Amino acid sequence: MLRIALRGLWSRKLRTSLTAFAVVLGISMVAGTYVLTDTINKSFNTLMASARADTSAVVSGKSLVKNGATSDQPTVPASLLARVSSLPGAASAYGVVETESARMIDAKGDPVGPAGPPALGFGRDPASIGRDGAFKIIDGRWAKGPGEVAIDVASAKKAHVSIGDTIRVEGSGPLQSFRIVGLLQWGSSNSLGGATMAVFDLPTAQRLFGLGGRLSEIDVIAKDGVSPARLVAQIKPLLPPNAKALTVDEQIKEDQSQWSSFAKIIRYALLTFAGIALFVGAFVIFNTLSITVAQRTREMATLRTIGASRRQILGGVLTEGLTIGALASVIGIGVGILLAAGLSALMGAIGIDVPRTATVYAPRTFVISIVTGVVVTLLASLGPALRATRVPPIAAVREGAVLARRRSSRLRQIASGLLLATSLAVLGVGLFGSFDQSSQRLLTIAAGCALFFIAVALLSAYFARPLARIVGAPGSTFGGTAGKLARENAMRVPARTASTAAALMIGLALVTFVSVLAQGFVRSIGVAIRKQASADYIVMANDGYSTYSNAVAGRLARVPGVEKAVALRTDTVIAFGKQISITGFDPKTASSVYKFDWQEGSNASLAKLGGDGAIVTDSFAHKHGLGIGSPLPVQMPDGRKLRLRVIAVNKQPELIELLGEVTVSEKAFDAVYRNPKTTLLTYLRTTGGESEAVAARLRSALAVFPSVQVLTEKKAIDTQSSGMNTLLAMFYVLLGLSVVVSVFGIVNTLALAVFERTRELGMLRAIGMTRRQARRMIRHESITISLIGAATGIPVGIFLAAMVTTALSRYDIVFSLPVSSLVAFTLATVVAGMLAAILPARRASRLNVLEALQYE
Amino acid sequence: MSIDVSKKLATGSVTRDGVAVHATDLCRCYGEGDTAVNALCDVSIDVPTGHLTAVMGPSGSGKSTLMHILAGLDKPTSGSVEIDGTEITTLDDTALTKLRRKHVGFIFQFFNLLPMLTARENIVLPLEIAGVKVDPDWFDEVVGKVHISKRLTHRPAQLSGGQQQRVAVARALISRPTVLFADEPTGNLDSKTGGEILELLHDSVETLGQTIVMVTHDARVATIADRVLFLGDGAIVKELPETTPEEIQKAIQEIGRR
Ligand SMILES: Nc1ncnc2c1ncn2[C@@H]1O[C@H](COP(=O)(O)OP(=O)(O)OP(=O)(O)O)[C@@H](O)[C@H]1O
Ligand SMILES: [Mg+2]
Repeated sequence: MLRIALRGLWSRKLRTSLTAFAVVLGISMVAGTYVLTDTINKSFNTLMASARADTSAVVSGKSLVKNGATSDQPTVPASLLARVSSLPGAASAYGVVETESARMIDAKGDPVGPAGPPALGFGRDPASIGRDGAFKIIDGRWAKGPGEVAIDVASAKKAHVSIGDTIRVEGSGPLQSFRIVGLLQWGSSNSLGGATMAVFDLPTAQRLFGLGGRLSEIDVIAKDGVSPARLVAQIKPLLPPNAKALTVDEQIKEDQSQWSSFAKIIRYALLTFAGIALFVGAFVIFNTLSITVAQRTREMATLRTIGASRRQILGGVLTEGLTIGALASVIGIGVGILLAAGLSALMGAIGIDVPRTATVYAPRTFVISIVTGVVVTLLASLGPALRATRVPPIAAVREGAVLARRRSSRLRQIASGLLLATSLAVLGVGLFGSFDQSSQRLLTIAAGCALFFIAVALLSAYFARPLARIVGAPGSTFGGTAGKLARENAMRVPARTASTAAALMIGLALVTFVSVLAQGFVRSIGVAIRKQASADYIVMANDGYSTYSNAVAGRLARVPGVEKAVALRTDTVIAFGKQISITGFDPKTASSVYKFDWQEGSNASLAKLGGDGAIVTDSFAHKHGLGIGSPLPVQMPDGRKLRLRVIAVNKQPELIELLGEVTVSEKAFDAVYRNPKTTLLTYLRTTGGESEAVAARLRSALAVFPSVQVLTEKKAIDTQSSGMNTLLAMFYVLLGLSVVVSVFGIVNTLALAVFERTRELGMLRAIGMTRRQARRMIRHESITISLIGAATGIPVGIFLAAMVTTALSRYDIVFSLPVSSLVAFTLATVVAGMLAAILPARRASRLNVLEALQYE
Repeated sequence: MSIDVSKKLATGSVTRDGVAVHATDLCRCYGEGDTAVNALCDVSIDVPTGHLTAVMGPSGSGKSTLMHILAGLDKPTSGSVEIDGTEITTLDDTALTKLRRKHVGFIFQFFNLLPMLTARENIVLPLEIAGVKVDPDWFDEVVGKVHISKRLTHRPAQLSGGQQQRVAVARALISRPTVLFADEPTGNLDSKTGGEILELLHDSVETLGQTIVMVTHDARVATIADRVLFLGDGAIVKELPETTPEEIQKAIQEIGRR
């Protein structure tokens, strides 16, 4: 039986490989993701380990705030350095300043390096810097004293500078100029994922990054014979409460864990899209196998008459599935490895070159890829296999004996209906239920969506015929006989057409879903921002979300024509055991731009903000039972405790909320957050509103802050949305993969249909159909199938988006249809249909008429 | 011939009372209500072991229906069928499959060979499916009998219709079934090739003691059949033992006239 199955596959090589291709793409993405992230991980891990080669112990600050959600970097007092160096177990110790905000600016005023990766800035004692494995000077020397810097080779090349030239660096204040005295590289790698590096001496860095008297960490080297653990034990009694000391191995693990948690997010994001592609691929496999099983009814029945049991038939079809799955996985892994190489080359091309020591092929990559490929295909082939077992032996002799099963078709109807209900219930729970973890919610929603897609696919068999009639109408009207026949062909086996279209439906539904949702978000962002504040100009970081120097507002306030400059500081604080966002503003000017919507208190309350007053949002107050006068204890990222007091409650929208759950006065904020870069937005009111003259003056005042931009309110809102567009484009590309898979499904179905209708095509050609007409017939059928996909996918996507919008109604997300995008999707679908038809149409037109008619 | 029969007796695939298939009061009704068709009415028949029983009759008289029911491919509306002493109308699918492996062979009008397998593979397929080892001597004997030894490595598409049917005959014989059913095995062949296939079936009855039930429109069957049954409107209307083509023609015309 096994051999028969394999022989069968071999005799249908082209069809088999087309079928296999449906999972190849998904698997290649799985394998590619693992290879890429493993490789990057390994490279970073090696780099991080080598950077601490000679160090024995590391002293650093602790932060209670996770995920780097604070600008308040953990630091230790510089005074600790001397005390640590004099420990009996310490041979030497040196302080390090390290930040991610040392953006270099080239002579033209453009930032050096791409926007995504960090602009690393270091402060190092020139005496100690060569000692560890981190930095190597390639040319020149280390920076000594103010006004000197050593920068990485790659950045020097990008900025067209070399030793002796000047480069400007934006630290936590205005731009400052430095003379380049050395070119360096990190470890043995000449790239760090596109990050730029500028190394100063310690005092210069402390000044530049606003870390006076503080260090990011202290690296300690043990005396000979002193173990790192013993050294750490000696250090511990000296530590202030918010500092920690780790042995070098522990520290390396921690360095790596930060990176790898980031890598994990990327990995899961990519795997999600791979999962979608595989889901669509499963549909295609299911469909193709169903068709080939139907075409082999007679063969199966003959096997039954000569003694094959149902189980053997089942085994035969499953073997086919298994083989296709294994084949696809192996090819997929190969393609995935190429994909990973291609992706990292692409990232290199846009400046985020990944450090690659050597490509990592973990056994896990292969196991997961193969298991996934095989399991997905097996699951997809289960349906066709079960159907094959129901082929009665009598079908070997009687053409019409094929499964006239009214009862089971009604059963199918009921089952599809039940599935639809279940999927909606699961979706509802996922969207509206309460969950402890958002990952559980996401998984529930994903499961609901998957079930929903399957249910719609099953049900679409019932409306495929009328749909084909409608979407096939234009082709039928203008395509002549070929168009008419195409429409009839598409309606011939509605179940087949429906499930072919279903694969496309899934991709289109998801594309529609994200596009509708994104449009809703974009609209809502504008509404939410306008609702909360109004200004003539808004100043924000170039990327729209980073915080920038607190000096900006003061500088702009002095620009002639500016009436008020209101800065919103933001950071993270811990209240009631949870990280929440805290805002600082000047209570005297805040109400000139921010439109308070008081639930308790009034604009007069602002005067009471003082040193320990806090305005809280309505939802936060409600959650924790706060009202005017309630004490509000909070904890800073470094562990310091503050006792605030609620003086007012303000109502806020929950999307793009401009103020954090807690708002304090600017003074109080600055008193506790040491980083001078905590401003998120600055609102400007000018005399006489927007004017080109004021704008020019503002821009020139901001020339020394190149990471900051000034925008009109409208532009600022657009900028927020353009971030959404980048994200959307990425989603489209990744979902496009699933669409490609479903196009393969159409190719499969059509190729099988052409095969099945060989005689009929031969007859049509014999009675005068031209090749061109034959091609057109197939093409129209393909377009009809695609349009059925669009006609189901787009409404399904809109429906899902509507559900999600409803679930997010408390965020005031509007439901808005991106009509032009939807039209574009439909047109793209037609093009996809035409592409899918190329190969089958050629087959149909090249048919040898004589052979086709003789064919049995 | 006597040696072959004793071999068969030893394997136990022939009932001792000499009846391979025993059917009583078979009725088969298609459809329901007004559109109901009684394809078969109260047909009883015994197929003696080692005989070639031919079934003839006009189109639509229920020949195929009878054949399918006797072979267990279809269930009668009422009545019973025993193959090798086992009542088959009540068997479930698994038991029927087991029965088929051991007791039933088929020859089809359209050959029904698997296109991706060679002639040899097609022939041994029933054994392979049943997980039984091929007896090389028996294989050679069967292949020799159907004159296909030179074409064993060919695929069905590379064989003529007659050759394909020979392969199909070999496939049916290879498992030494208690009874072999053939529904118009020559229906898709030209007259000369059809004659050869009839001769081949006759030979397998003569020399191997194979029991055969065959539906055919070919009057030449008269010379090889041990018995010819005539069906008309779902009932056995005539039975001729050891007959001649002329008698058959006459019988057919007679039935057709009714
Ligand atoms: N699946 C079916 N559904 C309904 N009626 C059927 C079915 N199969 C056969 N019949 C009817 O049963 C009767 C007997 O058919 P059967 O196929 O047994 O005839 P036959 O003698 O084999 O004819 P032929 O010589 O043309 O093959 C016919 O009237 C036919 O229309
Ligand atoms: Mg018949």
